[in-house]
Amino acid sequence: MDIQLKRGLLDVCVLAAIKTEDSYGYQIIKDMKPYVEISESTLYPILRRLESAELLTVRAVEHNGRLRKYYHITRAGLARIEAFAEEWKEMMSIYQFVVRGNQKK
Amino acid sequence: MTKKQFLAAVAGELDGLSQSDIKKSLDYYSEMIDDRMEDGLSEEEAVAAMGSVKEIAHRILTEFPLAKVIKVKHRPSRGLRAWEIVLLILGSPVWLPLLAAALIVLLAVYIVIWSAIVVLYAAELSIGAVGIASILGTFLCFLADKSETALLLFGAGLLLVGLAILFFFVVIKATAGVFWLSKQILRGLKSLLIRRGK
Repeated sequence: MDIQLKRGLLDVCVLAAIKTEDSYGYQIIKDMKPYVEISESTLYPILRRLESAELLTVRAVEHNGRLRKYYHITRAGLARIEAFAEEWKEMMSIYQFVVRGNQKK
Repeated sequence: MTKKQFLAAVAGELDGLSQSDIKKSLDYYSEMIDDRMEDGLSEEEAVAAMGSVKEIAHRILTEFPLAKVIKVKHRPSRGLRAWEIVLLILGSPVWLPLLAAALIVLLAVYIVIWSAIVVLYAAELSIGAVGIASILGTFLCFLADKSETALLLFGAGLLLVGLAILFFFVVIKATAGVFWLSKQILRGLKSLLIRRGK
């Protein structure tokens, strides 16, 4: 898949994984697994990027005597998901058009 | 590999970044390994699941600004030996111009790209200015009792102003495109450096 496209997709997928409730790294990977396989080394830069873009915030919570980082989506993060959905509505109609062209042949 | 060895190896690859940047990365991987172990994996398995240290360092570095990446990748591992310094100096008539040429070519690429944008803005501005001037000129022609010329000028003015408004959107799109292109070039360059570095 096109790298630029995949980057954008993964960003939104990570945001979607923390949309309903705050989550931590390993949980995000597990939640995404049925849809997109993502490795630890891929997730890390995404989380940093989303944090510096203020699409999510981070807080450390104590867990079993160590710290675990929980990620919380911001309002801008939610807006990003919405914008993505709008964009893809358009994409889907283009997709329909492209596929229809294929079937005719 | 134990968790401790793994984290030390990652830290080694990132040497040159700030302490807080390194600590952030290590904290993340430490948490990931702990969570996997809590999930039932052995320490060995959890570390193996993280993937290769080189890959991890590559991913982390790609997100940093170019200057920082160069610092990490081209940190000399030892001092230069005397004969290497002599070679460097003797070879400078060869590599200095080459390096300068490479930098200048890169600079030229940027200048060409940005000149295109400047040209577009200049064209936009002049079309708009001539359009407005023509409309103003209409009144002058009316005063001088040349109504045919006035009509012609008025029409041309309207046409030009309309063209300027349409062209404005093209210019905006083109500017966004150039920003994107510059970013891609920088990204590609960075990726090249990281891969070559070690």
